[in-house]
Amino acid sequence: MKLDRLRGPAKAKRHNARTIAALTGNPGCARRSVLDAAGIDKVKLAERIGFPGSFGQSRFALARGNAFEAMLKADGCAMLRSVLDVGVVDYQDLGEDADDTLGARHDRTRSLLASSTSALIDHPLLTLSVAGQTVFLEPDLIAFQSEGRLRVVEIKSFAVVDGQADAAKVSAAAVQAAVYVLALRELLGEDRVSHEVVLVCPENFSLEPVAVILDVRKQLSTLRRQLSRLSSVSSLVEALPESVSFDVTLPVSSLLASLAEVSARYVPECLSACEMSVYCRDEAAGSTAALGRSVRESLGGVETVSLALDLSTGAASPTPEQEEAAALLRAAARLREEALS
Amino acid sequence: MSTLVALARAQAFAAGRAQPIATVRHLHVQDHPFVLIPLAMAGEANAPLAAMVGTTPDDPRLLVVAQPRNRDERFAFADGLATALVPYLTSFAGDTEAVPVDRGRDVRHRFVDAPQVWVPNTGGVDFLRLFGRSTRFRRVDGEYPVPPTVPLLGQWLTFLAGASEVPGSSLLLNAVQALGMHWATGQSGAEDAHLGSLLAWIESGAAAAREAEAGPVAGPATDPDFDNRVLAPLIADGDPALASVLRELMLPTWQQMWRTLALLRTLPAGDRVATRWDGDRDSYSSFVEHLAESGLPQPRRDGAVAAAARLQRLENAATRYAVQRAFDDPLVMAEYRLAGVAFGGVVTLANPDRVDDTGKRPVLRPRIMVATTETLRIEAGATLTSPARPAQKAKVISITPTGTGWDVLLELSGGMGRKLVADPGTVPLVGEKLLLTTLSEAYRPGVAFPDPTETPWTHGGPPEPYAEP
Repeated sequence: MKLDRLRGPAKAKRHNARTIAALTGNPGCARRSVLDAAGIDKVKLAERIGFPGSFGQSRFALARGNAFEAMLKADGCAMLRSVLDVGVVDYQDLGEDADDTLGARHDRTRSLLASSTSALIDHPLLTLSVAGQTVFLEPDLIAFQSEGRLRVVEIKSFAVVDGQADAAKVSAAAVQAAVYVLALRELLGEDRVSHEVVLVCPENFSLEPVAVILDVRKQLSTLRRQLSRLSSVSSLVEALPESVSFDVTLPVSSLLASLAEVSARYVPECLSACEMSVYCRDEAAGSTAALGRSVRESLGGVETVSLALDLSTGAASPTPEQEEAAALLRAAARLREEALS
Repeated sequence: MSTLVALARAQAFAAGRAQPIATVRHLHVQDHPFVLIPLAMAGEANAPLAAMVGTTPDDPRLLVVAQPRNRDERFAFADGLATALVPYLTSFAGDTEAVPVDRGRDVRHRFVDAPQVWVPNTGGVDFLRLFGRSTRFRRVDGEYPVPPTVPLLGQWLTFLAGASEVPGSSLLLNAVQALGMHWATGQSGAEDAHLGSLLAWIESGAAAAREAEAGPVAGPATDPDFDNRVLAPLIADGDPALASVLRELMLPTWQQMWRTLALLRTLPAGDRVATRWDGDRDSYSSFVEHLAESGLPQPRRDGAVAAAARLQRLENAATRYAVQRAFDDPLVMAEYRLAGVAFGGVVTLANPDRVDDTGKRPVLRPRIMVATTETLRIEAGATLTSPARPAQKAKVISITPTGTGWDVLLELSGGMGRKLVADPGTVPLVGEKLLLTTLSEAYRPGVAFPDPTETPWTHGGPPEPYAEP
């Protein structure tokens, strides 16, 4: 398959909720769509071409996350049951991080979830179609099934202090949970899965768990819209020349040539979400988008910094569509000069 | 973002150097500020790892928590921070000055100076707010006693973090925001959040800024790679080298903080900065008084009345701050001119002795005509003011298009003395350049709120009295 050839002999990286959330954060980026669809290790690729990013996770954060989760799941999920207030129900763990059992585990997930007995189902294996491709999702989550309705339970280790938590972390968790809700709905149908998800976090400065209900309807509709807009990867891949390959064992010059074939849409938000961002930023230098969406809009949507400056000084003459932006830029330049002289 | 700031960013990119977006300094810089750089332990809920503190550039004091998950060490750290910070904060509670209130019928006293704490970024402010929350309710007796300095530190940090939410307050400032208010870089706002990079854009330019990105972070979050490679082994082994490693990590930021202060001091302060600092001294004075009287810790959440009153204070402060910055700084006013709610022009006609005698008694109402070529989004009937004569109001009588722009006819009132002839210099003369705007510094009276004990049931009823945790 062409996608596998793009990757070379390396093992494919799997999608997860985080990558899907990031993908929908910037749906116009063909580069990310293609690299993710082909399962390319973007960390290695970025390192190889000399633009490494810093995307590690602190082992302290991991340790605390694991400790919190282990504490909740100890003694047959005693603590989790009590914070969710679900009483005595069955607990099934489908976890096992292996690629060769994907199909089998997906079937088991499906049959367990379809049986509609009350249970906590850990590590279900789900599928979601992303950009014309079916991807496996192995969420670190529990689906709680009761009376035929499923609810997504996400365990996160950031603290909720006096009913408030870090807004960025909560919204990231909500988007991830929405990905799982969507995947579960694809499997079981719309009305079986609740749009309310349960977030289990430590409360205040202790490790005491607290359960909070999040309504993810908004995230769901955004996600649906973004997923439908995702440029179809297969047509993108088909259009690529035969020579394009992201096999990290290839020389750097040929990797760079391949990257140039797949256009990126860099915005500063990429820096915190995408492993290729440092390279794309370098490539996008001089564009107004690299200064941020709001800067680009305030400059009248003009594509490059140099054109915006030329329009502001009158060195470039605007096209009819740029007329309005150019007038604003000229006025701004005149006012700036007056105030600074 | 305004087009002016966006243009400045574009110019900064092209020049490879940060560009000014303010001609004066819009915040107060204390002669003796306190610099505080907090570092937090990754993953934990607000567990301090270290802090570098002090009031002089060559004497940083480092506080370290060797085992961040150990509760006793955490409170020993809080005690250490309190010992360094609280005496500084209270050192300004000395000399007072009398301020007339109630139209001169009464006086109150406020301290002649107030403290000022600097942290590197908004993350630092958030850290202090949470650290204040985690310490201010601690008991000094009972089962898990903490040193008495700890809850006091918590109250002070909560006070400072609360003040930092008030637009224009200079009690707790962060370097990234302070620099970003005065200079635009040729990179995005997200990249500006890195203090080293932002400062390098201003001091040396684009290339240095890229290099600085790889440098140490200004906290409170540490670099994951640093955590895994350096910090984890040191903490696991209880290695005494931890303090020197952290000192080396934090020293560059420490120096950047003082360079930031030096840079800001090179700008002249805006005319209205001092009046905002007066407000800061007021709130400092009343907080010192509160500690001396009841000394109860701030509640976890404001009650309904307190929250509504606070929201109104914040809104008024935001409006006042925006107007004052524009009046102080032609470069900020330029944004309003670009938007058409302020304009510059030349007086072409003036009738300084015009008296309106249609009312019960005659009043002085001079009229002037101002010609402008700028965009106008102002209509007849609007009331304008000029930063040069803030006490005077100018009512727009008519706006007539001319070949090159507009003729604006204005009727003046106020700020011309008490006689029927205007005091010299109070009415603009023909040929004078004027700036007029719909922005107004006029006092906005607040809405009256009920007493907290009369909170209606729709808003949860009266708040519960404070109970010891």
